[in-house]
Amino acid sequence: MDYFLNEEQMMIKELCHRIAEEKVRPVTAELDEKDEFSWDVIKAIAQADLFAIFIPQEYGGTLSLAPNQKIGGVLDVCIATEEISRACGGIAVSYAASVLGSFPILIQGTEEQKKKYLPDLASGKKLAAFGLTEPEAGSDVSAIKTSATKDGDYYILNGTKHFITNGGEAEIYTIIAMTDKNKGPRGVSAFIVEKGTPGFAFGKKENKMGIRASATRELIFTDCKIPKENLLGKEGMGFIVTMRTFDMSRPGVAAQALGLAQGALDITLQYAKQRHQFGRSISSFQGIQWMLADMATQIEAARALIYATARMIDSGITNVAKESAMTKLFASDTAMRVTTDCVQIFGGYGYMKDYPAEKYMRDAKITQIYEGTNQIQRNIIALQMIKEMANK
Amino acid sequence: MNIIVCVKQVPETTKVKINPETNTLIREGVKSIINPFDMYAIEEAIRLKERFGGKVTVITMGPPQAESALREAISMGADEAVLICDRAFAGSDTWATSFTLASAIKKIGDYNLIICGKQASDGDTAQVGPGISVHLDIPQVTYVKKIEEITDKKARVERMTEEGYEVIEAPLPLLISVVKEINEPRIPSLRGMMKAKKAEIKSLGAKDIAVDSEQVGLKGSPTQVVKIFTPVPRKGGQILQGDTADVVNKLAELLKPEISA
Repeated sequence: MDYFLNEEQMMIKELCHRIAEEKVRPVTAELDEKDEFSWDVIKAIAQADLFAIFIPQEYGGTLSLAPNQKIGGVLDVCIATEEISRACGGIAVSYAASVLGSFPILIQGTEEQKKKYLPDLASGKKLAAFGLTEPEAGSDVSAIKTSATKDGDYYILNGTKHFITNGGEAEIYTIIAMTDKNKGPRGVSAFIVEKGTPGFAFGKKENKMGIRASATRELIFTDCKIPKENLLGKEGMGFIVTMRTFDMSRPGVAAQALGLAQGALDITLQYAKQRHQFGRSISSFQGIQWMLADMATQIEAARALIYATARMIDSGITNVAKESAMTKLFASDTAMRVTTDCVQIFGGYGYMKDYPAEKYMRDAKITQIYEGTNQIQRNIIALQMIKEMANK
Repeated sequence: MNIIVCVKQVPETTKVKINPETNTLIREGVKSIINPFDMYAIEEAIRLKERFGGKVTVITMGPPQAESALREAISMGADEAVLICDRAFAGSDTWATSFTLASAIKKIGDYNLIICGKQASDGDTAQVGPGISVHLDIPQVTYVKKIEEITDKKARVERMTEEGYEVIEAPLPLLISVVKEINEPRIPSLRGMMKAKKAEIKSLGAKDIAVDSEQVGLKGSPTQVVKIFTPVPRKGGQILQGDTADVVNKLAELLKPEISA
């Protein structure tokens, strides 16, 4: 289907497809098996300028934004993420999570903060990560306990974040911590913390079901002293920054899910054609054909929803919470359905690690869980619908 | 360091079929690519520029469509590109081609190093690089697998041989042809692709490079391709079966007349 991508977006698609085939696909099975993060592949993605496409030109990126716009290039990021994800969901999320970790700086950062941190992120020299989730605070973000206490010209951070994508590999972390226990959601703030800051250590690396090429670690803050200049926005703006960040980044997760679904469908179609049973190709059986048709249709619907939402965001619209949530919900549910059907069509071979089918299914599951579980996404959509109706 | 890279646009030969009636390549519908060995030449030139500064100019002798090969080289990081294009160049063999390229290089002027790919995947002669160095009267080292050291006065390179490699020191200006062991060509960057799209490609014709029609094209070619054909497949040999002692004896019997002949 023709989505009328512009020239630059077509180039990004072509470039990412080459990287996916030449740099990612040859190593994806090994990275998955060994649970390894690959800086080589990240460097190839960086060298192609793909970390620059969502960062404005004045900070080292390739993006041109309208004067009052803070975020752009979301469709470009989605295209890139989808293409890479077709070859490996783990590598795709390492890219997308750095974009996620950069968004708070773009949304809420001062000129100084942007000039200090964005150029290295645009060049891909450094990766970013977003630190929100804690052992006792998953869907219930208000339950976060990591604290940031003001002390003269510094803040002292204490607490633990976990399940952080790019944890340990990223240099730049945007951390959500409580500055005032008594103010509830208004007492939470966002900070930039750099790797290597004394008192900032990494805990264990998680042993995951899928996206194993992505590094997921605990972040441990023990009297971690950061300059007060590292506060993003004002004290108390932490949740607002978080919600705005997720509104912009959810299409990216959706794109990762879409890429997984597309990659799975591609190999399934090939397999179905060549596999013969009962004297004919299994692709000639109506049952299989109907499954393939449903998979392809849902993938196209997910793609259309992602691109439409991304275009909305790129046009400067910020009231996109509902659409963003729908996008993430639909694409991830689609990915899980499609990748499961992929394994089914591969039959016994679909269950064997020697064949690429099962990895897509293992990789897809997390897309229904992170960046807001699909249950939370449904809450957001319904609440937004009710609010809109009440306002009419 | 000013480097000139000579490239050729070729059909993606893994996909090319031969027309069984005319015995010529069926080029329609086959994608055109930069000759694979030339990719290594472009990459090496860009790496040298990144190390030493200077300029990389990519040139090609070809029809107007060869411009896309030049743009691809720019997307990888080449600074300038020149298309050497004229009806008069059609039908060139490797002598006329290397003469034409050398004349263009003389016109382009200032260079320290010329890098070529080992050979073209459609012609496979490996003659054009050496031909250029002869026409320019500069030294050449072929099959370079590594540049150990290089200044603007001389270079020390490793030249691949069948048994291993030689280490050769040569003065600049120098022409080298490179093998795939030398590097891994980069994937273009987005900025590179956008630069390539807008780049102005200079085009030089026969008059611009001061050659006369007798020296180029079909007229300037001492050799001609008379026929291209698919060789008849070799028939299978004789298969000897039995236990080892029997087979050895049979083989010895069969070889005796061959040896004494």
